[in-house]
Amino acid sequence: MITFRDVQKYYGEYKALDGITETISRGEVVVVCGPSGSGKSTLIRTVNRLEPISGGTIAVDGQDVHAPKVNVNELRSRIGFVFQSFNLFPHLSVLQNVAIGPTTVSRLSAQQARERSLVLLEKVGLDNKADAFPPQLSGGQQQRVAIARALAMEPPVMLFDEPTSALDPEMVGEVLNVMKQLANDGMTMVCVTHEMGFAREVADRILFMDAGAILERATPDEFFNNPQHPRARKFVSDIRHA
Amino acid sequence: MIDILDQYGLLLLMGQYPYGPLGGLALTLFIAVAGLVISFPLAVLVGVARTSPFRGFRVFAGVIVNAVRGLPVLLLIFWAYFIVPLVIGHSISGITTVICALVLYELAFMGEVVRAGIEAIPKGQVEAARGIGMTYGQTMRKVVLPQAIVNMTPSILNQFINLIKNTSLGYIISVNELTYAAYQVNAQLLTKPFEVYLILAATYFLICWSLSLAIGKLEKSINARRHSVPRSA
Repeated sequence: MITFRDVQKYYGEYKALDGITETISRGEVVVVCGPSGSGKSTLIRTVNRLEPISGGTIAVDGQDVHAPKVNVNELRSRIGFVFQSFNLFPHLSVLQNVAIGPTTVSRLSAQQARERSLVLLEKVGLDNKADAFPPQLSGGQQQRVAIARALAMEPPVMLFDEPTSALDPEMVGEVLNVMKQLANDGMTMVCVTHEMGFAREVADRILFMDAGAILERATPDEFFNNPQHPRARKFVSDIRHA
Repeated sequence: MIDILDQYGLLLLMGQYPYGPLGGLALTLFIAVAGLVISFPLAVLVGVARTSPFRGFRVFAGVIVNAVRGLPVLLLIFWAYFIVPLVIGHSISGITTVICALVLYELAFMGEVVRAGIEAIPKGQVEAARGIGMTYGQTMRKVVLPQAIVNMTPSILNQFINLIKNTSLGYIISVNELTYAAYQVNAQLLTKPFEVYLILAATYFLICWSLSLAIGKLEKSINARRHSVPRSA
């Protein structure tokens, strides 16, 4: 589904991604974790080309994402992306936020887009907020709307970039529940997150990153109980004592 | 002063209309509104071009903006007065000349307002729009500009105040707007320049000042909407 081959990324002299090679299969739920500045967010943002890369290749469904001739808009419409800061459109209602993709990108009729959006809002438990505006919602509600907005394009894969990091603690659960439900529905998911409970419960695999490289690939069980790499061992013991 | 208003008030208000051409304050407002209405869409284009990912557009719009900003409005009016007829092959009215010059002037200044408005939209908005597959154009039309234009309405109205004051430069090519009308009244009375020009100043001031007050209120309501308190779950 997603294949990274020797992906390099520099910010000037600084090496953000240092030769990432990895394959994520269809239906897999992968959690990417690691300390701040380890390149997790950069990695996930290269998948739909929000960040350009300096070397290597990334393929989604066999299509080379960073090839110069690729239709980047068409490609992005097939990759759902959820941001840490929600980034809902404040001038549009909740329903319009979800429907804007289907109407402008997929060219669905207003009626079809509306129906699809209402189904998705129900799925994230916010069909009663369809006519509200984003600033009137709590952070957790906004993030659930953002997930519905990404799902409205019916992407086969969803990327989550620290989706709960900007939330008050009591709102983390409602967002994670929506993500769990998605995982149970068989969605291919890559989640950058610090929510280790979610990783343990939902992830098929955990990738541990530091200094722009994947240092450990493991099942949640192996990762939390018997990490191999010294950096991973320290990370796991640190979060246990936190 | 009352007697001046009594005798010439109507002339200052709307010239010889309806028996002759429109003039005075009515013409001033007409030129200003026409200038705003015509220059606004052009200013949006300039602002978009200034922030365009295509270098050619950026450079082109940048040259226009910087050239116009570096020239006095009066010079633009002279240019429009002498050059536009040469270019299009027939003469144009003084009113059209002033409107052309003011549109050129305003599209540069308002273009910068639009540019600032576009640049003030958080990067995440653009990423979210591009992230669901919207093109650059769709992102601009549906996400960036609708927000930017609401945010910059106060600045645009500020430019409108400038525009109203700059219409007085029509005087130099004998366009019968408010200042020229006052000048004519003064020329007939000869002995009361202070009163006449006080009336002129008061009129400009009242209009511009009440507009500023309205802008202040509008800014408050926009800010209030932006910081509306989040409702908890």
